[in-house]
Amino acid sequence: MSSIILNAKGLNKSFGAVTAASDIHVAVEQGACIGLIGTNGAGKTTFVNMITGYLKPDSGVIEFDGRDITDLIPRQITQLGISRSFQIPQLYNTMTALENLEMSYGVISLIAHRGSLFTRTDDIVPGYGKTIRALAEESLEKFGLSAYRDKVTRVLPGGVRKLLDIAMAMAVRPKILLLDEPTSGVSAEEKFDIMDMVMNVVRSGGTTVMFVEHDMEIVARHADRVLAFYDGSIIADGPPQQALKDPRVLKYIVGESQAASVVGEAH
Amino acid sequence: MVVLVDGINYSAWLFLSAVGLTLIYGVMKIVNVAHGSFYAMGAYAAASVVGYWTTNGFNPYLSYLALVVAAVLAGFVVGPPIERFLLRYQYEKDEVVILLITYGLFLILEDVIKLIWGVNPYFVSEPYELLGNFEIAEMSYPNYYLLMVGLALVVGLMLLYVLNKTRFGRLLVSVIHDREISAAMGIDVGKIFVLTFGVGCSLAALAGAFTAPTISVTPGLGVEVIVLSFAVVVTGGLGSLPGVALAALIMGMVRALCVHFAPQLELFVIFSVMALVLAFRPRGLFSLAETRKI
Amino acid sequence: MSIDKPIFRFAVFLGCLLLASPWLPQWAMFMITIAGANGMVVLGLMLFLRAGLVSFGQALYFCVGAYATGLMTQMFKFTDIFVLLISAGVMSGVLAYILGFLLAKYRAIFFGLLSLAFSMILYGLLAKTEALGSTDGFNIPAITILGWLPPQPLVRVTILAVTFAVMLLCLTFVNGLLRSPRGLLLTAIRDNEIRTEYMGASAQRTIHLIYVIAGVLAGLGGALAAVAVGHIDPAMAFWTTSGEFIFITILGGIGSVLAPFLGSMVFGVIHTVAFANSPNTWQMMIGLALIAVILLLPDGLWSLVSRMKKARA
Repeated sequence: MSSIILNAKGLNKSFGAVTAASDIHVAVEQGACIGLIGTNGAGKTTFVNMITGYLKPDSGVIEFDGRDITDLIPRQITQLGISRSFQIPQLYNTMTALENLEMSYGVISLIAHRGSLFTRTDDIVPGYGKTIRALAEESLEKFGLSAYRDKVTRVLPGGVRKLLDIAMAMAVRPKILLLDEPTSGVSAEEKFDIMDMVMNVVRSGGTTVMFVEHDMEIVARHADRVLAFYDGSIIADGPPQQALKDPRVLKYIVGESQAASVVGEAH
Repeated sequence: MVVLVDGINYSAWLFLSAVGLTLIYGVMKIVNVAHGSFYAMGAYAAASVVGYWTTNGFNPYLSYLALVVAAVLAGFVVGPPIERFLLRYQYEKDEVVILLITYGLFLILEDVIKLIWGVNPYFVSEPYELLGNFEIAEMSYPNYYLLMVGLALVVGLMLLYVLNKTRFGRLLVSVIHDREISAAMGIDVGKIFVLTFGVGCSLAALAGAFTAPTISVTPGLGVEVIVLSFAVVVTGGLGSLPGVALAALIMGMVRALCVHFAPQLELFVIFSVMALVLAFRPRGLFSLAETRKI
Repeated sequence: MSIDKPIFRFAVFLGCLLLASPWLPQWAMFMITIAGANGMVVLGLMLFLRAGLVSFGQALYFCVGAYATGLMTQMFKFTDIFVLLISAGVMSGVLAYILGFLLAKYRAIFFGLLSLAFSMILYGLLAKTEALGSTDGFNIPAITILGWLPPQPLVRVTILAVTFAVMLLCLTFVNGLLRSPRGLLLTAIRDNEIRTEYMGASAQRTIHLIYVIAGVLAGLGGALAAVAVGHIDPAMAFWTTSGEFIFITILGGIGSVLAPFLGSMVFGVIHTVAFANSPNTWQMMIGLALIAVILLLPDGLWSLVSRMKKARA
């Protein structure tokens, strides 16, 4: 049985009269691939934000690798091994795709050298065995972005920006990767290919993945476990076969007519 | 007691000086560094107007009206053209760039003032002395203090009224919250910007005009004002009207207390208050809600 | 740390200037020295601008460096220029380290005007302190260099040589910084601070570091200026002084570590000409020129140099 890598216990979060999280308990196993579903405002992104340190829960504990990370800020959580991508890709808009990745690896280099002022950007990055540039080029290749290497990211199409955002999140070689709506804003034709590629790259290293998705076909295709959020609570927790057929999930999230066709495709 | 009276007077002055800055920021989301110059222009304009008024023997009681006119003229003659011909084209730029541009304007206006009015000090204390004094607890204070406080209250209440009860005010509030959506709904944001800039500059000039009778009007008036106004506005929350009022009150009282015991620490104390408030509420006392970025 | 070619070429250029000094008039050497001192301050401002920040009060450290020099000569009777430089750097650095805790938390306008406030507070304190000469300030006696007191005709060129040496040292350091991973972070912070934090880097720590470096640079500049002019006064902390530094930064551009020195040299020439003709419109001219540069040549004079280089290549 895999070990529990992330454990959220009794998380509560309210914004005034709105309850974004109500007694959330989630234990995540190492290497799992979990889909977070739910309507807008149900609490999925709040959950992701609490785990990554952007929000502090009103009460409850989050443990990562046995360590209490509830009060840590995003920067510290990233350094511990939890990384995330964003619903609206957070890129360096005035730089090229290559430069964006060089920035990611640059930070890793900086931290690895303990912030020394005397390292150069063409030094080998400790723990990665290559230079910043080589690592950046490698990431571009892995995510199929080499064609956009020298293009300034501001002008890149939505799907490409999403991939770059994820590639940057992966630079730190996280133990857990959180993807916030990886296919939102991506055209219907590209969705599946992009998600397939992302999952391929990401899971090959044994990374635990949690992704927020609205497209049930994608959830069914990639997740081995589904967490359904509604009104701040988790109303279903199980393999897609089961969770996506749960009556409450059908009622509040999926919609009855969709269910049969979606679940039929689950692995 | 002295501290209380001084404090209230200084608070009134802080409010009047700073309110224009917060209004412009709230609506246009720019920090008008030239705010200090408009204050100075108001003071100099007042000096000229009052000088003219008294030498021509007009009714001294109407000189206060003259102060208001001077201020409004200074604000509306200089302000709107700047917005319309220079600033208008810079809104898409980086906020640092806009800041530097208003800083450049500040430098230019400082010298323009010197060119028009020269470098010698002006004294126009007639409106100040005319009112005489009042007594509390055996200490005598100028009635001008009451005028300042009254003016601050009038300005504050008028702004509150305009923002909440008039159509123009409601359009302003809409633009304050979201410029793009307001434009999309058909609000003439350009016109609102020009008007707001004019009003904001006039308010600064008004503060300068009414302060002129209490000081010697010299070049360099503007610098301390922009620094202090900024501190007040930031402490209250950029763009917040109740914020700037409360911050002015707090800082005025603290400063009065401090001046009583250690006058050299005046600037330092005001900034300490600001630093303290920001340490607990980084966006100031009352901040406009920020939309979630991620 | 290997030396970059442009800096090496600049060093050679400075060396030539020194060799040509017997033929240079005293006022020219003075102007170049001041340009060098100003350039040091602007080098720090350039770092800020790369991170998207503008300090409206860098004159604070310029003045601290100058007054540190003054105090060391008057109170402790040190005249060795290296001692003076080190004390200026240390005092500015320590002050910057302390204030940095507050300032590094802020961005954009907050950062800019807060720094202005601190410089004006120093101005106010110095202007009212009679022991330090109030607004008149006081003089700096002749400096010695490692025990040797330069004879009158050699004073200017000695100071010039020391200025050049300090400039080159600082240029090498800052250049190395910009080529390190830490240096990359500056543009990252300007472009997208949220992303930078999420990658594990601390924007605050980087800005605090830059703030201290810029403070030390400005302090060294202040010490050099003090020694070159022979006199210090509170006006060195006044907002107009900061304004000149900002103007030079925008004028020069941020494209290279050499840009600040290009900007300050051009500024030196403009200043000498304009101030002589019309002192009461100096602020206005800077204001106009600032806006003109922002609108017409946003990347500063250095962008012209880059364009020339590219055209030749």
